Amino acid sequence: MSELEFWRDQHAAGRISRREFLARAGALGAGAAMGTAMVASVEAQAADMPRKGGTLRLGLAGGSTTDSLDPGSYTDSVMIDAGHAFFNALVEWGEDGKPHPSLAESWEVKPGATEWILNIRKGVTFSNGKTLDADDIVYSLNMHRGKTKSGAAGPFKAVADVKKLAPSQVQVALTGGDADFPYVLTDYHVLIVPNGHTDWTKPVGTGGYVLETFEPGVRITGKRNPNYWKSNRAHVDAFDITVINDSSARLNALMTGQIDAMNRVDAKFVALVKKNPKLEIVRASGGWHAVISMMHDRPPFDNHELRLALKYGIDRERVIKALFSGYATPGNDHPIPRTDPYWNSELPQIKYDPDKAKFHLRKSGLTSPPLVLQCSDAAFSGAVDMAQLFQESAAKAGIRIDLKKEPADGFWDNVWLKGAFVTSYWAGRAAATQMLAVAYAPDAPWNESHYKSEKFAKLLAEARAETDEAKRKPMIWEMQSLLYHDGATIVPVFRDWLDAHNKNVGGHTPHGGFDMNNGWIVEQAWLKA
Amino acid sequence: MLRLIGQRLGLGLLTLVAASVLIFAGTEVLPGDLASAILQNTATPESLAELRQELGLNRPAAVRYFDWASHAVVGEFGRSLASHREVVVEIAPRLRNTLFLASYAAIVAVPLAVGLGLMAAIWQGGVYDRAVNFATLLTISVPEYLVGYILIKYFSVRLGWFPSLANVTPDTPLLSRIWLTFLPMLTLVLVVIAHMMRMTRASVLQIMSSPYIEMAFLKGLPKWRVVIRHAFPNAVAPIISVVALDLAYLIVGVVVVEVVFVYPGLGQLMVDAVSKHDVPVVQACGLIFAAAFILLNMAADVLAILSNPRLRHPR
Repeated sequence: MSELEFWRDQHAAGRISRREFLARAGALGAGAAMGTAMVASVEAQAADMPRKGGTLRLGLAGGSTTDSLDPGSYTDSVMIDAGHAFFNALVEWGEDGKPHPSLAESWEVKPGATEWILNIRKGVTFSNGKTLDADDIVYSLNMHRGKTKSGAAGPFKAVADVKKLAPSQVQVALTGGDADFPYVLTDYHVLIVPNGHTDWTKPVGTGGYVLETFEPGVRITGKRNPNYWKSNRAHVDAFDITVINDSSARLNALMTGQIDAMNRVDAKFVALVKKNPKLEIVRASGGWHAVISMMHDRPPFDNHELRLALKYGIDRERVIKALFSGYATPGNDHPIPRTDPYWNSELPQIKYDPDKAKFHLRKSGLTSPPLVLQCSDAAFSGAVDMAQLFQESAAKAGIRIDLKKEPADGFWDNVWLKGAFVTSYWAGRAAATQMLAVAYAPDAPWNESHYKSEKFAKLLAEARAETDEAKRKPMIWEMQSLLYHDGATIVPVFRDWLDAHNKNVGGHTPHGGFDMNNGWIVEQAWLKA
Repeated sequence: MLRLIGQRLGLGLLTLVAASVLIFAGTEVLPGDLASAILQNTATPESLAELRQELGLNRPAAVRYFDWASHAVVGEFGRSLASHREVVVEIAPRLRNTLFLASYAAIVAVPLAVGLGLMAAIWQGGVYDRAVNFATLLTISVPEYLVGYILIKYFSVRLGWFPSLANVTPDTPLLSRIWLTFLPMLTLVLVVIAHMMRMTRASVLQIMSSPYIEMAFLKGLPKWRVVIRHAFPNAVAPIISVVALDLAYLIVGVVVVEVVFVYPGLGQLMVDAVSKHDVPVVQACGLIFAAAFILLNMAADVLAILSNPRLRHPR
């Protein structure tokens, strides 16, 4: 984006005035006519300007009667969207893929990226009247460390110490360098609560909304916090989240106007939604990807040629068409999506090629390797269908795969990380190095493919400690290439996030991280008149 | 009479205990446990161990069962393992919703089914009889979620008369509650009506072949009067038992309808609880369902006895 366009968007978003915009445009050498034309286009969009008021009604999948308001316990959309209305994060993951300051006004990193200083925003108060200070930050970060059941316990293992330096300054020390540490702070579990808070039935946060009613698995409502510190957010007066796990019921509710917006439109229904003049799809390609993981160290998958045969033996395009109605992009057997700034654009896309698969199978020297793919819809809805498509396309290349359907119950406990050939998924991470670390670092507890490459580990450690973008890029590209050539994970597809809303909703925008504005829908959306 | 009822009650309690053991055993043999169900693939061995410790999952199954059972006897169902809320608090509003929807459907379905059945018996073999038989067989043969979606398509999407979401809250006033739950009620009515209607028709027709009915005709009574005054009272016992079964179904078997209309009833709660291995909630739901079945069947027995003079006044 050119600088001029940037200022135009700033003006459009109401962050700078018309006069200021024209001054900036002038300074950039744009002619008066051009600047004025841009102002006109902005004013034409004025209908899209945030408007205050109203109740935003969301119908969301991903809620259960076992939900709790404790941020560490969030696993799915309903609690994530509600939690982000009540609490703030230190750092937010912007639509541009970059970390943006929130409760952490700014941060500094020491060389080597092991020590981070966070400067805490001043003058922010919690809904109980307490003023935010460093102690609250230390407490909130420590909720994910040590003896904890937090979902962010994994990424926080790298945190060696959290220390208060001054009333509004916190230092975080890491066990190893991580230039992407601000992204760890954008994790949806890492929300800020007051020091010592334990009663999760009564959430106290600095967020744009305060809790009104909470019936786990049924609905959550909240009303606007009149003292919210962000002036350009929290537009609606109240929100009302109804848990609707059934995808047809969700769409029915949207079509009959009982809700304003919904998440996870079934890809099969997208065409139907597009036909409705009142509705709109919000599509974001992102980091969520399906996975078929083999164990790199377990026969027969320790055979490089067999792995290649299987990689060529899956018809990715068919999976995309059959399972996602086209709303997905083919994966290249590494976990970095095209939307990531560090995506390696030079690796050729692996395509279904029965001849190549046959060739590599012959080269592997294995005549009929026992291939039992353990699949379950617990991995993701459609995983069993994907496995069946894989079985079919591989059979055409002379590779016989047997499917073992595992019960959804206990799948994560008994099959995942235990089976040598299983279906699974990853929700994607904000930073490429995070995603590479969580599932492919030799010592990662969730390294499902047992991929243990010293070269990869070294590159990863270097890339994480490197703060110079120009030097990091080749390292991250190299890691993708390693997984592409030698990895034991098949990444058939990256799925798009598909939300939908009534056209009277503004500010509901695509985000590659997660559905519903990466969880910030409540404070970012508004209702048009 | 009283002895008979007492006997039934005792047997019912025994059945209840057996049911609770079965439900507990059922949740035990499922693979995986609550801790891994909650954490999914964000689990680390440490966080799993921590959560298991906190939930008391590391005690033997028998100990956990008796611990629970001894508390349940005095009305303490404990706390949900997953949400830490009192099970009673969790269940009460859902149970109210389930009972509301069941009664709403029953109030509409039972008189309607019996009325339709009686008319079918009066005009036996006629066009009406065949039409009503065909229509009710059709609605019972179509899966209930499809009935629900068809109703939503016409009454909600096309006509906009009724909402597709039955999202009631504890403070929804009665009238809007009736309006919000109209479509789920109608779905349930369509599902249960055939059963009761056909039983009414069949048992009335069976009585119609008795000699005393012939006598009534010979007296010159009109057919509707014979059916309603003379045949129906004697045909009531089998109808009651079918009605009881259908009422029990309305309470325990409506989870699919709850999902389609997003109605916060007990069925959905139990499904969630089973998938999360939240045993206290599963047990409590299971007990309520078992109790509903047992009570309704007992009530049917007692009513059948009352409706039969020979059983009412034993020699």
